[in-house]
Amino acid sequence: MSEVVRGFTRTLTGRIVLRVDIVEKGLLATLLEQLIEFVSPESADSDADPLAAIVGIAEDAQRPEDPALARLFPDAYPDDPEASADFRRYTERGLREAKAAAATTALNSLEESGEKITLTVDQAQAWLGALADIRLALGSRLEITEDNHEELANLPDEDPRSGMFHLYDWLTYLTETLVRCLMPR
Amino acid sequence: MKSTTLMSSVTTRFDHDRRVLVTAPVELDRPEAEEVVATQRPWITIVWNDPVNLMNYVTYVFMTYFCYPREKAEQLMMQVHQEGRAVVSSGSREEMERDVAAMHSYGLWATLMKDD
Repeated sequence: MSEVVRGFTRTLTGRIVLRVDIVEKGLLATLLEQLIEFVSPESADSDADPLAAIVGIAEDAQRPEDPALARLFPDAYPDDPEASADFRRYTERGLREAKAAAATTALNSLEESGEKITLTVDQAQAWLGALADIRLALGSRLEITEDNHEELANLPDEDPRSGMFHLYDWLTYLTETLVRCLMPR
Repeated sequence: MKSTTLMSSVTTRFDHDRRVLVTAPVELDRPEAEEVVATQRPWITIVWNDPVNLMNYVTYVFMTYFCYPREKAEQLMMQVHQEGRAVVSSGSREEMERDVAAMHSYGLWATLMKDD
């Protein structure tokens, strides 16, 4: 990664620009690919009712066991498992598809660009959603709390969480700058 | 205009009261707006604090999705941050399920409950 961390900026014409080096670009592509794989509805189950799929119903929408997925798709009714399962059945597939679509939009814009990525507002909104999801997944893996940032920032290099935290920290900066670009005036 | 690009594929929902799938806007089925405001807003959407989402991002979501003015959006964001949660909208169960799904699409941790 370059010495000077660069965030998203807004041009005079209203486009949103991010400059990346080759390493940063590769990291972002990998993270977006992982996010797409992570959130995509399990399309492999060939028994699935095609009609249910068309209208966006997940036949077997259980609360995900993976804490990162459970954070991305939380229970809507904290005290009512049955209502939560109903809600999940009728929303989770659509949510997963929307998240995967946003990440795909971001990935495509990255792959079509060189070291300067120029985005429309729609593309930038897709980036913002994808960055939020990646940070939530990394934050869940790192077990981030409001109080352990310093501890995570000072981990020895050999700790596997160290690299993940620096990645998270960088994405935090990108998110911060992207929100500033998109904030309604 | 509440819809966002992230939510564009979530068009089908389950109407709990009628136990049917709803794929079209439901505004036509509602009683007159004047009656609804005072008496029939029994469900609330709550957004919970989390250690990952940025303060300016949460404000951005409240301004973009709910069309709240900046001051109200910032106030709600601060309430989430300091008190751990805030009621961000109220209405019918259906409307609140739509709001909760939208918050999840943005990555915010949201739930709904009956406002007793």
